[in-house]
Amino acid sequence: MVLQVDIHKDFGKFRLDCSFEAESGQVTGLLGASGCGKSLTLKCIAGIEKPDRGRIVLDGKVLFDLEQHIDLPPQKRRVGYLFQNYALFPNMTVAQNIAAGVQDKAARKATVRRLISSFYLEGQEHKYPRQLSGGQQQRTALARILASGPEVLLLDEPFSALDSYLKWQVELELADILSAFSGPVLFVTHNRDEVQRLCQQVCVLDNGRSQAMMPVHELFEAPRTLSACLLSGCKNVSRAKARLDGRVEALDWGVILDPGQPLPEGLSHIGVRAHYIRPAEGPGPNILPCRVERVVENVFSTVVMLSTPGGNQGFSRLRIELEKARWAALAGREPLWLELPSNDILLLTGD
Amino acid sequence: MNSLRIATISTALIFFLGIAAAYYVAKLPRLVKGVLDVVLTLPLVLPPTVVGYFLLRLLGPKRTIGLWFLNVFGLRLTMVWYSAIFASAVVAFPLMYRTARGAFESFDITLAQAGRTLGRSNTWIFWRVMMPCCKQGIIAGTVLSFARALGEYGATAMIAGYTPGKTATISTTVYQLWRTGDDEGAMAWVLINLAISAAVLLCVNMLEKKDRRPRRRAAPVSGEVE
Repeated sequence: MVLQVDIHKDFGKFRLDCSFEAESGQVTGLLGASGCGKSLTLKCIAGIEKPDRGRIVLDGKVLFDLEQHIDLPPQKRRVGYLFQNYALFPNMTVAQNIAAGVQDKAARKATVRRLISSFYLEGQEHKYPRQLSGGQQQRTALARILASGPEVLLLDEPFSALDSYLKWQVELELADILSAFSGPVLFVTHNRDEVQRLCQQVCVLDNGRSQAMMPVHELFEAPRTLSACLLSGCKNVSRAKARLDGRVEALDWGVILDPGQPLPEGLSHIGVRAHYIRPAEGPGPNILPCRVERVVENVFSTVVMLSTPGGNQGFSRLRIELEKARWAALAGREPLWLELPSNDILLLTGD
Repeated sequence: MNSLRIATISTALIFFLGIAAAYYVAKLPRLVKGVLDVVLTLPLVLPPTVVGYFLLRLLGPKRTIGLWFLNVFGLRLTMVWYSAIFASAVVAFPLMYRTARGAFESFDITLAQAGRTLGRSNTWIFWRVMMPCCKQGIIAGTVLSFARALGEYGATAMIAGYTPGKTATISTTVYQLWRTGDDEGAMAWVLINLAISAAVLLCVNMLEKKDRRPRRRAAPVSGEVE
């Protein structure tokens, strides 16, 4: 089963241009900063919002197509939507909430009983949503969605309403539920770790525009766009200019680097992940002198903020993270020479 | 007990009309909503005599609607016992409409959206989710409307007049008795009115408490960690 999405919606200042495909048997992440149109995309697929143009097709069934004048109501789309706040009906108990998802009256009781036991909600049946913990609320909401027999699951930041100490457990449970689901799953988040742990492929959404779908490992190993690189958690980026000799001038760092790979068309930035930057003994290729601006002690590591030859003094352009003992050996060096290994330089385009 | 009959019927009318109006107006675009809001709330701020005047212009036996009813059904719409229903319904309507609309606007729209993605009809969502969630506002609106309908005087006096035993309501009776110097008679009706109003409010309070109790009993399971 394939979900094909190609939708456009104009809000004046903000434009949504989103297209991608999601297949059965895998969890597709939609990764983007808040306000980039992730939730809006899900709402268009579910039929809650109406796109201005485009097409949404699920397994050959057209859910929305402007030209064919097809716009199925949410009731007929068979799209399960897990809302950020779960949207449990506060006036109904757990059992009643789940029953609300079952259309078939004859099967209602049995379905509810089966879901309550498979979602570990025994003993909670007669409680109201606000008497449940965050994790139980999410399980109730998922049970209710699965009760309605959806063909696709849309998950809208499912962990944002949870306390962090609950998150881990709930995430593991969700992973189990998702792997048992047969249709396509769309998972919206702004959190790269969730993408890494739960998704198989990911589509980056930057200011309303979707980028090419990529396998999750590519997002972390070789992001190709600036927004993907930033969303994957890379803190060190610099504006960049391609040179004729195949090297790159990092404008913000004031250094010319040899990336050891051909430069892509439209190169605009380069990035290096903090843990790939290595301290060096002295000048050399891909090595630049830095000045320590700030040291932040984390629980198990030390984060060092550095200014570079290209930047103004006092303004940190690079950030490295070291084990405490390693930093202790380096502290006090002035300047601190750092190597940006050519294999680990990320070459990025604007979008 | 003409008064109770009138107040009950008009409250029942307003209940549905007010909720329907609130439901549809809350969905409208802002400009239309603003205009309709003013029109639907006007009876609340207009002097009841002005409302009465408008009603007479519309429903009087020689006016359009009144004439039509007289011709088709042979029914007079003014100066009969049910005339006061029109008066009290129009005057009390804004109270129901406004409180219901306030309740609908604070209703979490994602609940309705969730219901739709679950395959539930809009009717189901309205009666099973929206109304129970807005219950407090709806009850408050109903009670206020009932109280207002019971106490309606100005428009009622104009459209139904005062015929003892026929069109008289408590409020018009009190005025007539006082005017004719029957102080004790007036006092008696005042006390009756007080008793009815107090009883209504008491009933509502009890209903609300009864509604809250079972939830409270099941509540203390907090601190539950998975």
